[in-house]
Amino acid sequence: MNINSLKHYINSKTSSSPLVIFRISFGLLIFFSIIRFWSNGWIKSLYLDPVFHFSYLGFSWVKPVGNYTYLIFLLCILSSLGFALGYKYKLSSIVLFLSFTYIELMDKTTYLNHYYLISILAFMLIFLPAANYFSIDSLRNNKDKLIPRWSVDSIKVMLCIVYFYAGFAKINSDWLIDAQPLKIWLQGSYDIPLIGELLQKKWVHYIMSWGGMLYDCLIPFLLYIKRTRWFAFLLVVIFHVLTKVLFPAIGMFPYIMIVSCFIFFNYSYHDQIILFLRRLVNKTRLYKNLKKRVEKPKILNHSRNSMYLIAGFLLLQILIPLRYKLYPGELFWTEQGYRFSWRVMLVEKRGHTDFRIINSDDNQEFYVNNEDFLTPFQEKQMSFQPDFIVEFAQFLGDYYTEKGLNNVEVYVDAFATLNGRKSERLIDPKINLYGIKNSILHKDWINPYPHEINKL
Amino acid sequence: MKKILNVLFLTLLFSCTSEDTSSNPEDDDFDRQAMLVNLTDNIILPSFYDLEEKLNGLKNNLDSFSEKLDLTSLTSLRDSFFEAYRSWQHVEMFNIGKAEEIYYPQKMNIYPSNVSRIHLNMIKVDLDLDSGQNEYSAQGFPALDYMLFGLGENDNEILLTYSNQNNNSLAYLKILVNKMISNTSTVIEDWKINRTEFVNSFGNNSSSSLNMLVNDYVYYYEKGLRTNKFGIPAGRWALKRPQNVEAFYAKNLSKILAIEALKACNNFFIGKCNISNNIKGESFKSYLDFLEGQNLLSNSILDAFRSANTKMQSLDDNFSAIVENDNLKLLEVFQELQEGVVLLKTDMISMMDISVDYMDADGD
Repeated sequence: MNINSLKHYINSKTSSSPLVIFRISFGLLIFFSIIRFWSNGWIKSLYLDPVFHFSYLGFSWVKPVGNYTYLIFLLCILSSLGFALGYKYKLSSIVLFLSFTYIELMDKTTYLNHYYLISILAFMLIFLPAANYFSIDSLRNNKDKLIPRWSVDSIKVMLCIVYFYAGFAKINSDWLIDAQPLKIWLQGSYDIPLIGELLQKKWVHYIMSWGGMLYDCLIPFLLYIKRTRWFAFLLVVIFHVLTKVLFPAIGMFPYIMIVSCFIFFNYSYHDQIILFLRRLVNKTRLYKNLKKRVEKPKILNHSRNSMYLIAGFLLLQILIPLRYKLYPGELFWTEQGYRFSWRVMLVEKRGHTDFRIINSDDNQEFYVNNEDFLTPFQEKQMSFQPDFIVEFAQFLGDYYTEKGLNNVEVYVDAFATLNGRKSERLIDPKINLYGIKNSILHKDWINPYPHEINKL
Repeated sequence: MKKILNVLFLTLLFSCTSEDTSSNPEDDDFDRQAMLVNLTDNIILPSFYDLEEKLNGLKNNLDSFSEKLDLTSLTSLRDSFFEAYRSWQHVEMFNIGKAEEIYYPQKMNIYPSNVSRIHLNMIKVDLDLDSGQNEYSAQGFPALDYMLFGLGENDNEILLTYSNQNNNSLAYLKILVNKMISNTSTVIEDWKINRTEFVNSFGNNSSSSLNMLVNDYVYYYEKGLRTNKFGIPAGRWALKRPQNVEAFYAKNLSKILAIEALKACNNFFIGKCNISNNIKGESFKSYLDFLEGQNLLSNSILDAFRSANTKMQSLDDNFSAIVENDNLKLLEVFQELQEGVVLLKTDMISMMDISVDYMDADGD
């Protein structure tokens, strides 16, 4: 691509309807996700009940705020609705991004790749002109349908990054040669009607593993090429519905991906949907009243700055999943550089971690009851992730120091099993975890994994 | 490329509808319901019946004892207490259904017993052993342990206490035994009624029988066996607590009970009936062997049981004396048991794909 064609691309415009449909469906999905989250009682059980919360490095100040936590969720619900309707879009999108991201940062126990994806897309959409057409903001200004092409393309690029890295991560010996962890999970899905028995078979584990890898790697191209687009979208639907059937606990992820991938289609399809929706809302009295009251919006000016920012952000998204290369040791074992990289359903890990407290007063070593401080869910997640273990160890160190013990030291007996292999010792039992500084630097107190998992 | 994908896609689709007839289905699948049936009918129920029988024997000997307060009848009473306590080791892990609902394990075996509460209860007019968790440690086997071995400095003193018309020891003893029998009957009745429903719930979700059974089993091995019988007395969780051993007053039973508990874990794992002493069907072991396609994991688990047993066998009978004089020995057993905890809690649960957090939060 030469400079001229790049300039041409930057200045070229396209219909905003794909982005509009994306805005509406994305906003509504978040709206229903949060309501579902709330009605399942997860705000209480995940954020209010635990006495201790696991934080992301540098974000330990983001914590649940007692019963006000419900307000944050309410804010998220309202802003997602405002976002979907394109009402005070700038404000709605900023509040949506901040409230959703705050929720995710409160406790990393609940980290899910698709929550991260929602945060990322919400961030990008702050700077994209998704509401200057078919929105409350644009009721009196419906003619400005054209928007810069890059703004629609940036979402597509982001989705391609997700799929591509998800596929890239599956190119490893556990996944392709041992069909793990799918073997364990599919065997465990024996109670699914009709196909449960089939899922016990070895060849099914391999077909699913290889199929999943090929799907993730190829789907960006198939969606991009016009000729294969419908076929690709059919695959998207089948693949994600299948994951929902096999792994019901996967939550909203399949829906988010299915809905998002629709953005790859030509604007004419989106126009038709908008036409249909418009007929629907035109009939409502509310719409007519609204139309009279809304003041003429300022023409949204999407500056070059937005484009540079989005471009830089996408570049960062390409780099972040590669950071694992900077760490020595087995990635699946140490999990250094594991998160924020679209490593979806890649490992089956379980752990058991006992914490031993030593103090200089009586040199009596004692164990901690993890359940005194952690919920079963937190304990499960903590047991096999070194960054959780060190964080909890340091919390325990502070706790017992405050209780009056002197020179507290915290050691762990941590064991974990990975993708069906026999459990191994995860952490060096001779390291006082209360005496080390937790950072993004390599954690040399993680025991090296005795097995090799070949990967790209 | 499109062709390849077409083929792949068709295979995927096809694989959802077609039956594989080429290979022997017996090698390809495992009957989890048959496993539940075997565990329920050949282990859980017979173990409960055995306990019920032993408790009735205890009651008979208590009747004889109350008629004739002498050393001979006290000795038979103690013997039947011991038999029942041994039998109990085989059912404590089944904290499911009614047992969980009425806090059956807590009412049967929370130790150490609360002596002052026991004495308080003896003179209480409106005694209600179900009134709350404060009563747990004033009933069940640990309370019997105190009543039969700890009520006096020696056998004569104990007999004297019982002959003393002014105290209510004998009455309380009867209340305790009757309560244990009625609690056990309640649990057994529930098992009888719900047996079919139980063995039919072989799905894989946090409330299915299979998941609960695995979780209870692992929990018992970790807490009931490792923590309670060894860890806490040996001071793994705080200071050493010699009075926290099981059967503290009987003095020479702790070891036998611990070995029995380990045997219960071993038998349940391999699907062996404790009463008939044979293996009649599928078990956690055969399930793991199916899932793994070999028996490396189940062998490691059995090895861990075996070496823990060897270490236990080498101990003296009286654990509280060991805690006082030779605590490292108990810690060594704790360490051996720890190996089993890791294998059961990580390797086995992982391979069986059992959820342990009792909540259905999303995952990806």
